Amino acid sequence: MKQIIAVTLLNLRTIPQRLASSAVAIVGIAGVVVVLVAVLSIAEGFQAVLQGTGTPDRAIVMRGGADSEMTSGLGGPDVDVIRQAPGIARDGQMTMASGELYVIIDMPKRTSDTPFNVPLRGVGPEATAVRQEFRIVEGRMFEFGTNEIVVGRGAAVLYAGLDVGTELRSGQDTWRVVGVFETDGSVAEGEIWCDARTLQSVYRRGNSYQTVLARLTSPASFDEFRDWLTTNPQLDVQVRRETEYYAAQSRTLTTLVRIIGFGIAALMSLGAIFGAILTMYTAVASRAREIATLRALGFNAPAVIVSVLTESMALAAIGGALGGLAAYAAFNGYQTSTINFQTFSQVAFAFRITGRLLVLGLVAALVMGFFGGLLPAIRAARLPIVAALREL
Amino acid sequence: MRFLPLIWKNAWRRPFRTTFTLLVIFVSFLLFGVLMTIRTAFTLGVELAGQDRLVIIHKVSLIQPLPVSYKDRLTVVPGVEDVTHNSWFGGVYQDPSNFFAQIAVEPEPFLGIYTEYRLPADQMKAWLADRQGAIVGRDLAERFNWSIGDRVPIQGTIWRPRSGTGNTWEFNIVGIYDGEPGVDRSQLFFRYDYLDENRTFGQGLVGWYIVRIADPSRSAELAAAFDGMFANSSAETKTTTEKGFVESFAKQIGDIGAIMVAILVLVLFNMLLVVTDVMSYSVTERTSELAVYKAVGFTNVGVLAMVLVESVSIVVLGGGLGLLVAWLFVQGGDPTGGMLPAWVLPQRDVLLGVVLMAMLGILAGSLPAMAAMRLRITDALRRN
Repeated sequence: MKQIIAVTLLNLRTIPQRLASSAVAIVGIAGVVVVLVAVLSIAEGFQAVLQGTGTPDRAIVMRGGADSEMTSGLGGPDVDVIRQAPGIARDGQMTMASGELYVIIDMPKRTSDTPFNVPLRGVGPEATAVRQEFRIVEGRMFEFGTNEIVVGRGAAVLYAGLDVGTELRSGQDTWRVVGVFETDGSVAEGEIWCDARTLQSVYRRGNSYQTVLARLTSPASFDEFRDWLTTNPQLDVQVRRETEYYAAQSRTLTTLVRIIGFGIAALMSLGAIFGAILTMYTAVASRAREIATLRALGFNAPAVIVSVLTESMALAAIGGALGGLAAYAAFNGYQTSTINFQTFSQVAFAFRITGRLLVLGLVAALVMGFFGGLLPAIRAARLPIVAALREL
Repeated sequence: MRFLPLIWKNAWRRPFRTTFTLLVIFVSFLLFGVLMTIRTAFTLGVELAGQDRLVIIHKVSLIQPLPVSYKDRLTVVPGVEDVTHNSWFGGVYQDPSNFFAQIAVEPEPFLGIYTEYRLPADQMKAWLADRQGAIVGRDLAERFNWSIGDRVPIQGTIWRPRSGTGNTWEFNIVGIYDGEPGVDRSQLFFRYDYLDENRTFGQGLVGWYIVRIADPSRSAELAAAFDGMFANSSAETKTTTEKGFVESFAKQIGDIGAIMVAILVLVLFNMLLVVTDVMSYSVTERTSELAVYKAVGFTNVGVLAMVLVESVSIVVLGGGLGLLVAWLFVQGGDPTGGMLPAWVLPQRDVLLGVVLMAMLGILAGSLPAMAAMRLRITDALRRN
């Protein structure tokens, strides 16, 4: 044990003498950790937005067969029937059920001139009462019956021409931006909201809606609410909890990002392990005589192996920590958006580097360090003492 | 030339080290090939977009439909060769995770404009004879084991049929189209007249128009002319080249290309560090040998060249193998099972890879080579 500690400390203390080659290993491993952490933070951020959307006491009603808000369609009379369903919360005169339209509007980003499919949601007066997390953070709510709009905080950051007070032209229509809203980081923050009736006439939708979002008296009322609607012969609808609807939408993209992220990181790690092997091999070769001397003095093989492995893992840990920090500094909170193929519209989200990802990066680094050190360590222990003493 | 065996011997003086250097380079260029393929896949095959094709969509957004009557007005514009329209169907086959595109088209003008989709003449005849007929890409047919004559039910998510049960639309597979690598062979095309006669609403509306023009250099002028024709109507339009359309759609996914290039720069930079380190170590190690070479008459330039050739050949050997394995991997097909139809490693990128190998080899060898060249015989021989 004493031997192990002594040789290991000796090794670690001499790292500065082999700075160039040690730096190569550190940079190589740090690079892998940056890529691993940054790519996975995309999936993490996207998932956080979609899984953070909705509460268990809200339900979304769509036409039977529709796979998203975008493809759903409900006539005005259907919406009136849905509002009579049992289990919906009521507040005085107001029924907590909001008939909504969900369309897209082409809009350039602040960073790019090409058009993006930005979601435009037409809502009624109930919408903000149904979503209790909704609050205006700048300007004011739009007036119903006008062409005013309010924009989500994420959308306001990403897209050009959405500053409060500006006018927005789209085709023959003009919209006036009057406020910015927040919804606790949910999907809606990437959307633009306007009056549903205005949107019906602008997009020529007659008296029709696409979905109804209802707040129920409690999460337990969901079954009653759903059964009443799905067994109602006047209607052909499907009912889902809001949380489930959005969670399902995150699956395809997060899976794709994780496959690509892990795939690239795995290949890169392989390269970094080979790089670490070279570094440690160089370290062992340059100290062949010292190691042989130690062995001749009676230090045993395990002590030599552990010392080489520790050195390699120490370098890896430095690389892993540097990589994690660099990824955090460069990407955490970076606001961007991607297309959600289920709704054919943009979802705004921010890269999210969580503690879990940083730990994952560090563990990956240590694993690379271990495998990088293994072969050179065994080589060092097996070094024939006489030959090594004669070397160089 | 006659020094090649010498260089080869030098390169393998430490087999363990050379092997792992080669492996680092191998993995780096394997990554190069794979990352470039991912990058191409996410540009949705923009290289294959026709230069002579313009796409016309509703000005407000792609989801807004256009009237079918625009076709006649577009056809008569001078400079227009052919006009057709497409409509997105957005159906689900068995399970939403089985996503593939289904598009309602007019068979004859569609295949006349999209000549990259190749359909045997007898299958084309069968399609024209069968209103419920549909053609599918080779990849899609293989994915679901479809063959000609199969009847395929698809659930409409937007459109529901007038007759039949619920949302189910039935299609007869009458043909399987093929195309060069990179052509999207994962789509289903069916007849617009079948859709339009059977849907419960939306008659007389189409998704977007494709116009083939005689002279691609006039595309900007014609695009402006089309948009002018429909200005101030209830459905104003926005015309772009197909390339511009695909590019701007690819951007909606995010700047995958930039991410891939950033990763690649990191990978190649690391590789450069490793190779430079190894080469300098190996030059330092044989200082006295190099001095002997010079003493027996090698010129400074000769020694420089020898070290450079060694480093370039190591990089080209490892990198070439890496790129070859990447190419073989890509030939195996899209690993996500249909989500990335344009899964090819473009020739242009292979060429770029070879150029990068040569450049990185020279770069990695240049510092050690300079050191070797500057070596003074007397100093070097005395050093040991």
